[in-house]
Amino acid sequence: MSAPLLQVINLKVYYYVEAGAVKAVDDVSFDLESGIKMGLVGESGSGKSTMAQAMMRMIKPPGKIESGHMILDGIDLVSLSEEQMRQTKLRKLAMIPQGAMNALNPVMRIDRQLIDGMLDHGVVMSKDEREQRVTELLEMVDLPPKVAMMYPHELSGGMQQRVTVAQSISMEPDLIIADEPTSALDVVIQRQVMETINRLQERLGISVILIGHDMGLMAQTVNRLAVMYAGRMMEIGETRKMFHDPLHPYTQLLIESLPVLENKGVFSGIPGITPSLLSPPEGCVFHTRCPKAWERCREEIPQFVEAQPGRWVACHLHTA
Amino acid sequence: MSTPLLELKNVTKIFGSKSDYTVALDGMTFALDEDFPKIVTIAGESGSGKTTMGMLMLGFYGPTMGEVLFRGQPLSTFKGPELYKFRRQIQAVFQDPFAVYNPFYKVDNLLSIPIKNYKLAGSRSEAREMMENALERVGLRPEETLGRYPHQLSGGQRQRIAVARALLLAPKLLITDEPVSMVDASLRSTILKSLRAMNQDFGIPILYITHDLTTAYHVSDYIIILYRGSVMEAGNVDKIIRDPQHPYTKLLVSSIPWPDPDLSWGGSEEMIQKSQVAFKEITGCKFEPRCPYSMDICRTKVPELFMTNGDRVVACYLQKDNPALPREELSRVFTEA
Repeated sequence: MSAPLLQVINLKVYYYVEAGAVKAVDDVSFDLESGIKMGLVGESGSGKSTMAQAMMRMIKPPGKIESGHMILDGIDLVSLSEEQMRQTKLRKLAMIPQGAMNALNPVMRIDRQLIDGMLDHGVVMSKDEREQRVTELLEMVDLPPKVAMMYPHELSGGMQQRVTVAQSISMEPDLIIADEPTSALDVVIQRQVMETINRLQERLGISVILIGHDMGLMAQTVNRLAVMYAGRMMEIGETRKMFHDPLHPYTQLLIESLPVLENKGVFSGIPGITPSLLSPPEGCVFHTRCPKAWERCREEIPQFVEAQPGRWVACHLHTA
Repeated sequence: MSTPLLELKNVTKIFGSKSDYTVALDGMTFALDEDFPKIVTIAGESGSGKTTMGMLMLGFYGPTMGEVLFRGQPLSTFKGPELYKFRRQIQAVFQDPFAVYNPFYKVDNLLSIPIKNYKLAGSRSEAREMMENALERVGLRPEETLGRYPHQLSGGQRQRIAVARALLLAPKLLITDEPVSMVDASLRSTILKSLRAMNQDFGIPILYITHDLTTAYHVSDYIIILYRGSVMEAGNVDKIIRDPQHPYTKLLVSSIPWPDPDLSWGGSEEMIQKSQVAFKEITGCKFEPRCPYSMDICRTKVPELFMTNGDRVVACYLQKDNPALPREELSRVFTEA
């Protein structure tokens, strides 16, 4: 088997605040092969958005990538200089931001915003070529050509989000990181945008990491699911298997708490609250809320191991 | 029949100027009875008029046409003490659990101010007790919440304090506008549980405004589906979500991302793509430009509310063989079990 597109190895991202180090991402490792859509889910504070920012090298002080590697297509993103990273963005990996309305420049026409990145990366294009590329990009995200001459405020939220999708694919990167791209949109528009992303993913063979907390959206769109909790990776596996047979007690509770058609009016949450990342509990970070915790969970941090082929889990129930 | 608690009478709300305007709510008639401890969802996508409807009921702005009545009296006539009293009886919980708090004050303020304003407590210790009770009723531990600043609490905790505040005032009606959309999925159920408990234990009717049909299905009894300010379908929530009859409701329901990889998104691709069609002057059914079943009559005349059975109306000519329910009697679908 060839090397995976992305290898994240023992990544640690800490925020240094007055009270100490907030371990936002703590010792996370996973591989991602080409052409896979992976969902990264977790509650607020689980570290999922920090993961996205770390991959884009957008962690700002007091935050810092403490240690670890992120190897994308043979290049360790952690070791790149600012300038090298700038060159890599858009070409190798791109991001679809959460709120399109805040990501677009309100006083610049859409055509300019679509090719700005390409020009900045030194792509030389004639005026005709630029126009053609803009039309092509708009067509790829199902927007009419007239959008090119419009300003962001003339577009609906869903259309704005499509523009950011078009931006992200403008240089055909290998990996797209989408940080809750549809959380500000309602169901029908959300579905349109997700179907656009899906189609492009298949057509261009890109890998996508979709970050979010909506398990329903994940069930509908990704083929692999990664679950984070309190800065640590809990479980990774094929989406269908994760839903039908979750191995980690946290994943089990998460899936049980989801509203389904058959169980009207049953509101089950996960009891307890997420631990402080300043002083996470000893041992497994989930043991304070875990119904299956025993002595070992309080003392020893479980390793993240491949419990079944393609199923990785960090839980003492599944370590021999 | 007794006078309803709150009533919208043929209410239209138009925003904008004469040349450039938006009809946010179009001839809406709806009434909630005093002793009607049910949860009614107002659902629809952005721009459907659902929030406008809530704002009108709270009296935050007046209708362009029609009347909003509280116990038979128009809201616009309320002044001074009457308005004060009205404000207490209709409470609200809003979308953003951050914006309702002043970050410089402890969260206690949100609870102690209404107690002070409405003189609910005789002494400081009584006030404290009231606050603690209210928090306990929404499943929060007072010792973990009181004395803290908003940023020290999670979105779910803050939103539950907002529910506790509403509860404190023992309102006659609670209007909640997207109360869980900004809260983590894992915390949503705790808030919905608090709302449901408030509704059942204290008999307070709740208007649940949302675009999220999943939570609407789980928390409410009845639902009104709005599209561009008009009712598309209304009635029993179970029946409507499980078996939608209006093409628009079908589109909404088929777009729900159910958390089950075996239940995939279904529905008509055509309707989804057509949603980009710009809004123009429409004389018939507002959904017609997107509707795959569109007929000639749909373009010329607004469909009536056809009553497909005792507890459901559908504003669609596909159901025209059923008897029509006069618009002002919309609430009837909520009372006949």
